[in-house]
Amino acid sequence: MPLLKNGSLVDDPWISVADGEPLPAEGAIIVSLTRWQKERANLIARANGLGVRLAAADHAGAIAADLPLLALIALEFPTFRDGRAYSSARLLRERFGFKGELRAVGNVLRDQLLFMHRCGFDAFEVKDTAAVDEWKQAMSEISVFYQAAADGRATAIQLRQQRRPQS
Amino acid sequence: MYRYDEFDAAFVHQRVEQFRDQVARRLNGSLSEDEFRPLRLMNGLYLQLHAYMLRVAIPYGTLSSRQLRALAEIARRYDKGYGHFTTRQNIQFNWPALADIPDILLALAEVEMHAIQTSGNCIRNVTADAFAGAAADEIEDPRVTCEIIRQWSTLHPEFSFLPRKFKIAVTGAPTDRAAVAVHDIGLKIVRNDAGEIGFEVAVGGGQGRTPMLAKVIRPFLPRRHLLSYLEAILRVYNQLGRRDNLYKSRIKILVHEVGTETLTQMVEDEWALIKDGPVELPAGEQERIGRYFAPPPFANLPAEAPRYEAERHRNEAFAAWTRTNVEAHRQQGYAIVTLSLKPAGGVPGDATAEQMDAIADLADRHSFGEIRVSHHQNLILAHVPRADLPDLWRALVALGLATANIGRVSDIIACPGLDFCSLANARSIPVAQRLSERFRDLDRAHDIGELRLNISGCINACGHHHVGHIGILGVDKKGEEFYQITLGGSSAEDAALGALVGPAFAADQVVDAVETIIETYRAHRRTGERFLDTYRRVGLAPFKESLYATA
Amino acid sequence: MKPQILTANRLRDGIVVFFTRDGGWSERIDDSRLSDDEASRAEMVAAGERAAAAGTVVGPYLIDAAVSGGHIRADRLRERIRAAGPTAGSEQTLKYV
Ligand code: HEM
Ligand code: SF4
Repeated sequence: MPLLKNGSLVDDPWISVADGEPLPAEGAIIVSLTRWQKERANLIARANGLGVRLAAADHAGAIAADLPLLALIALEFPTFRDGRAYSSARLLRERFGFKGELRAVGNVLRDQLLFMHRCGFDAFEVKDTAAVDEWKQAMSEISVFYQAAADGRATAIQLRQQRRPQS
Repeated sequence: MYRYDEFDAAFVHQRVEQFRDQVARRLNGSLSEDEFRPLRLMNGLYLQLHAYMLRVAIPYGTLSSRQLRALAEIARRYDKGYGHFTTRQNIQFNWPALADIPDILLALAEVEMHAIQTSGNCIRNVTADAFAGAAADEIEDPRVTCEIIRQWSTLHPEFSFLPRKFKIAVTGAPTDRAAVAVHDIGLKIVRNDAGEIGFEVAVGGGQGRTPMLAKVIRPFLPRRHLLSYLEAILRVYNQLGRRDNLYKSRIKILVHEVGTETLTQMVEDEWALIKDGPVELPAGEQERIGRYFAPPPFANLPAEAPRYEAERHRNEAFAAWTRTNVEAHRQQGYAIVTLSLKPAGGVPGDATAEQMDAIADLADRHSFGEIRVSHHQNLILAHVPRADLPDLWRALVALGLATANIGRVSDIIACPGLDFCSLANARSIPVAQRLSERFRDLDRAHDIGELRLNISGCINACGHHHVGHIGILGVDKKGEEFYQITLGGSSAEDAALGALVGPAFAADQVVDAVETIIETYRAHRRTGERFLDTYRRVGLAPFKESLYATA
Repeated sequence: MKPQILTANRLRDGIVVFFTRDGGWSERIDDSRLSDDEASRAEMVAAGERAAAAGTVVGPYLIDAAVSGGHIRADRLRERIRAAGPTAGSEQTLKYV
């Protein structure tokens, strides 16, 4: 899977390990929440980066206490219609203060990139390399945002207030 | 009314160009229908039986005369010369071509309108009391709240892929003209003991296959916390609403499955963490938006309008119209006038381009250039000087918009049904037409009194049949159209779901069956008693008996 | 085998169309190619899928139909309404149509 980060395709140093699959001897790995919870002590002992993958039904709160140990959280979109990961992303960023990589995996499509970015995602597993152009378009086609989210973009309300200092 | 500033204008124009690009990609083959469907739905574009259907949002049901003229022009240029006003205060065009949609959306953007979030699993067009800002019993104009919600919910990054559609309605008056009890969230503006304004928040109402009335989860929410509380409800729903079964995915099912108390607790817990956070409106914003909805420059009119009184005394048709289609206004000397889109034999909610243009002119002349759409599928001139009523009435008679039947048996809500809708089981419009023909005699209609008759062509209940005093639901029996009848529903402040009266009726029996029901009511009613109240007193039994006993 | 015809909506304007005897699409149900055997049915379905992929039509599907009085008539009411247009509605009373 090509990985899109900061608007370009980058090499993915992370290895996503399925449940039941043996852990590679070294390298940064991403495991499921279940595996994390079961093998936590072992995993913490590893030298390289650790990431956890949350299924759409997993609640962000389940991993909150461990966030200082993690450099990456991957959130799954089983289909683009399943919007649970948007909430998880915002909670991880805004409530639990996660600063590491927040990666969208699964059915990640061009027309959802802006929503994902606004909710705090900064890495996207995309289906093909056309994503770079698509990303540019998706980030530029709308420039007005009506609500505060995890991305720090100025909202229409903030801009209006700046324009009218008296109120 | 609200006016776009440079931010809103830039936004809707960007959306038009975004969709223009998506339509071009669809037409040149780079997008498949599967990829395109969700994109077109986010812009209110369906593919129905005969053609595309475009649903345009009319936020909280308020239109300027300029906007109504633009809708008329779209109807003429891109459709077949008419539009269909819906129970959700939208307008639908039944015949636009895909290739024309970007230009239609541009024409809408030019008059500060759009079709965003009129479909799809997102927060839909927020609806309000059609008498907002005019009703005599109003605490506060609900449109201020609606506009705040509209902006907050527009392309909400977290809530655009909810388990299912999400509908919010707001009423600012104790009389509920917005059907708040059958919405995912119903907000009622209330005053607490300290005299402060806030909201009673109810959650989990809805119609469709499993109709439910919303449950109050907070009797008083201070106004400044509106958005944080909505965000808490939506977040709980987005995370926990069912996604495994389309028919169980509305928030009403979540409320039902976890229980009102648990759901309330979950919402309150989430709210405690985001309350007073960045989602709340900054100081001054409520007032800024409120100023857009400042009352129009009313004149100081006397309470009595001799012209109006004189006409009432000498013109019985006019007098009858004032009894049903004219309501008290909060401002002395003014009245609220409902234009009936329910002529005998007509299509409920349809208006021709000529009618729309003429209504826009009448609004300019008599009502500060403003028009409302009611959830009963009628149009309203909200601020008419009483002295203007005779002239207005004459103009409306000429346009076929003065049928004196508001709130009467022929003021029927009907969905498009099998004549247009790809999900339908049976036709709705022809049934509505035959019923309004049968009850064309207005003296008889007035004798019958207040009656809400609602028709849906399938269990999705777009025609509100569950909350009709008499509800008619089209079903398919081995390829034949049949109609089930329910009695006793209401969408007003005494909200209730109707009860099935018995086996369904064939298409050629359903009008007679309704007549039998109405005659049964007349036989049982006490003086001054509405149909609904008689039903509530006597129950289903007498109706069953007269419908099914003799055969 | 029950005769069937193939119908769809045209991509550009959404109008109802029927797959014809000469392999095109027509707005008139009477132009439809009737199929009452597996082979020709499969052929029509394949042609429909090609037309959908090519962006001519949307959502092609087979419907039951019969010939009566020299006309093709769909079995289901829904399909008869699709073929003939709305049975009721403002377009019938308007001069634009
Ligand atoms: C013609 C195309 C239409 C389609 C395909 C359509 C589809 C649907 C569906 C699938 C539902 C059920 C949703 C659910 O239970 O989760 C629904 C509900 C509803 N629709 Fe429509 N509809 C259409 C037209 C209309 C029109 C014309 C109106 C207004 C007159 C309308 C108003 C409503 C309302 C008020 C509900 C009930 C809300 C609720 O379930 O809580 N729809 N529609
Ligand atoms: S109730 Fe059914 S038939 Fe009527 S518009 Fe809704 S989906 Fe269509």
